[in-house]
Amino acid sequence: MTLKSSEVSVGDTHTERVVEDLKRTQIVMYAGASGDYNPVHTDEIFTTKVAGYPSVFAHGMLTMGLTGRMLTNFVGDGRLTEFGVRFTSQVFPGDTLDATATVVGLENGCVELSVSTVNQNGVEVAKGSAKARVDD
Amino acid sequence: MAVERFPIEASHIMMFARSIGDDNQIYYDADYAENSEVGAIVAPPTFVQAGAQFDPNYGLRPRSDGKGWMGSGSQPTSIVRPTQQKTEENEQAASSGGSSRGGGGGVLHAEQRYEYHRHPKVGDVLSTTSRPGKTWERQGRRSGKLVFSESITEYRDQNGELVVTATSVGVRTERAVDQS
Repeated sequence: MTLKSSEVSVGDTHTERVVEDLKRTQIVMYAGASGDYNPVHTDEIFTTKVAGYPSVFAHGMLTMGLTGRMLTNFVGDGRLTEFGVRFTSQVFPGDTLDATATVVGLENGCVELSVSTVNQNGVEVAKGSAKARVDD
Repeated sequence: MAVERFPIEASHIMMFARSIGDDNQIYYDADYAENSEVGAIVAPPTFVQAGAQFDPNYGLRPRSDGKGWMGSGSQPTSIVRPTQQKTEENEQAASSGGSSRGGGGGVLHAEQRYEYHRHPKVGDVLSTTSRPGKTWERQGRRSGKLVFSESITEYRDQNGELVVTATSVGVRTERAVDQS
């Protein structure tokens, strides 16, 4: 499934719930797959007693990976040419995230998207942009 | 990150896709992938970060040579330093970003950008080179002085062709981010 430029217009949005009630186990899975074992993501004792946070929190790159899933579902596999986000708030176990792409430009076989992922309180946790190749 | 050999492997992509809750068959099923537009199992957009697995000196992976790890074992951190004998001092060390090697508790990931020249696929063998980018500072509302620094990593394939350019921005915080 790939996006066609004839099927979208500037202003269109695509939203997906990319995680519901984020589990510590999923954060552990991400640590294992990515190789980032920073204990602030998996080790509650270290994170609360040494690092000074209320609990472990997700890797920013897990949030970006979840957000990227929404993008590839929207534009198709292997179609992205650019993807970038700023991590604007931390993501904690129990969070539910909705990721949205908004079409902000469409020309020369390329769709330009703004990207925003928000938690269950409406707080934006990742904000950025993406570009993808689209067919006519 | 400097990685000489980052083989793109199907089982690694499968585990990575699972970890981001992505059940797209392009990441699991070689037959499906062969008959798709991309023609092979491809890497999810943020997968190249997992090249850290192939960095022999990656600081955020516990070592097997008995050098200790910042995470907890019988104590909140298994790295014993003179300043970490009392809990109060522990907390000070952590809040000043002093939690040991590998960019521990005091460094957070602020931003990540990827430029895809093409998407890595199973069978590729990538290598990486990194260079520092810009650095800048600002005063944060919730975590004191913030020092940002960019790192730019180029992922090249077995033919030396550029595949992905990644720009990572890290931020060193003065203290843990206030959650209130």
